[in-house]
Amino acid sequence: MRWDEVMSLVKKDLRLEFRQRWALNGILLYVFSTVFVTYLAFSGKMDTGPWNALFWIIMLFASVNAATKSFVQESNARQLFYYFLVSPQAVILAKIIYNLMLMLVIALLCYGVFVLFMGSWVVNHSLFIAALLLGSSGFAGILTMVAAIAGRSGNNFALMAVLSFPLVLPLLLTLIKVSAASLAPTPFSDHIGNLLVLLLLNLLVVILGWILFPYLWRD
Amino acid sequence: MKENLWKWLGGILILYSIFAGLLIRVPDLPVIHESIRNLFYHVCMWFAMIVVMAVSFVNSLRFLRTFNLRYDTLAAEAARTGLLFGFLGILTGMVWARFTWGDFWVKDPQLNGAAVTILIYLAYLVLRSSIDEEQKRARISAVYAIFAFVLLIVFIGILPRLSEGSIHPGKGGNPGLGVNGLDSTMRLVFYPAIAGWVITGIIIWRIRVRLVQLKSRIDELND
Repeated sequence: MRWDEVMSLVKKDLRLEFRQRWALNGILLYVFSTVFVTYLAFSGKMDTGPWNALFWIIMLFASVNAATKSFVQESNARQLFYYFLVSPQAVILAKIIYNLMLMLVIALLCYGVFVLFMGSWVVNHSLFIAALLLGSSGFAGILTMVAAIAGRSGNNFALMAVLSFPLVLPLLLTLIKVSAASLAPTPFSDHIGNLLVLLLLNLLVVILGWILFPYLWRD
Repeated sequence: MKENLWKWLGGILILYSIFAGLLIRVPDLPVIHESIRNLFYHVCMWFAMIVVMAVSFVNSLRFLRTFNLRYDTLAAEAARTGLLFGFLGILTGMVWARFTWGDFWVKDPQLNGAAVTILIYLAYLVLRSSIDEEQKRARISAVYAIFAFVLLIVFIGILPRLSEGSIHPGKGGNPGLGVNGLDSTMRLVFYPAIAGWVITGIIIWRIRVRLVQLKSRIDELND
């Protein structure tokens, strides 16, 4: 694997995204409308507990939706073509990086819309941002890998949720814990341990993807 | 012959643990009292499950090394056997929890870990049934099994960090029952019970594998 292979694959994905804007716009609209529905359902009054839980649940669903199409938007023939050009590790890394960018956009938008409708409860901003960053990258890693698995089977969309939710749970629970702490005035240093756990989870997922993806690849 | 010996051993150990578990004297600890006897039945299910799931993990790895479909059958049947023990573990735990904690399900890392394990392996079976082609199914489900098992182990490791302390016996919350604090007469039943259930788990797994192999043999002969 060479680094420029990864970079050109990421560029290819970005260019594809900008040419057919509907995919990105669809996700953004999805985030906006889910938050709006929750806002109406709660009639605007919300505590820190539900705020935190809903934020991460909406993040999870939006991320799963966004990641689902990672490997199915291009035909099998095209994938075979990439297989002759680049190493499988480059493909999975490129997809993870691309999905990471997508998740970051989703996270920022989700937070923005939340603040707009339901106000911000975040007190410790640096802790919350750290949770957002590590959460997005963790989601990107796990969901890209699951999308690669689900994309190989028949009914991609139904499987995606079933396969990914139990795997995402350790990440999600740690995230909810850290971000709940950021809604109360607590010092940043209290949560270095949990942030390290998140970081290690991210690393582990990327390494697993790196090792396992080549087996998914050939048909 | 050798197989039979193991069957007898497993059966005798389980029978011994069922009767002895009900008959021996147990220390009277607060909160759990006589329900401490569930240790001999409930906890063994988890031991058997983890062992069989580890067997499934190892066979998934072996499949990816060799691409021999035999290992795929071994892995899949181990996962199914593990699920059986998972459900038994949850059931025995729920009955116990109803009498000790007052509810069938409480918010506790031990219980969540168990639920996630079952969810992961149910998803694994759904994934398997969604792919028709044998080689492809074997390869993809092996990848998922490895990915999921590693994350599962991490999850079980992380969970205790996240909670303020578990109320599950043996995990600090409830009195007594740490592995070190285990009463010596209870050990005499507990360890054989674990051995018995693990052996039985392996036997069930092997029988299932043989059934699948015989079925595919019949299909071959019919064709």
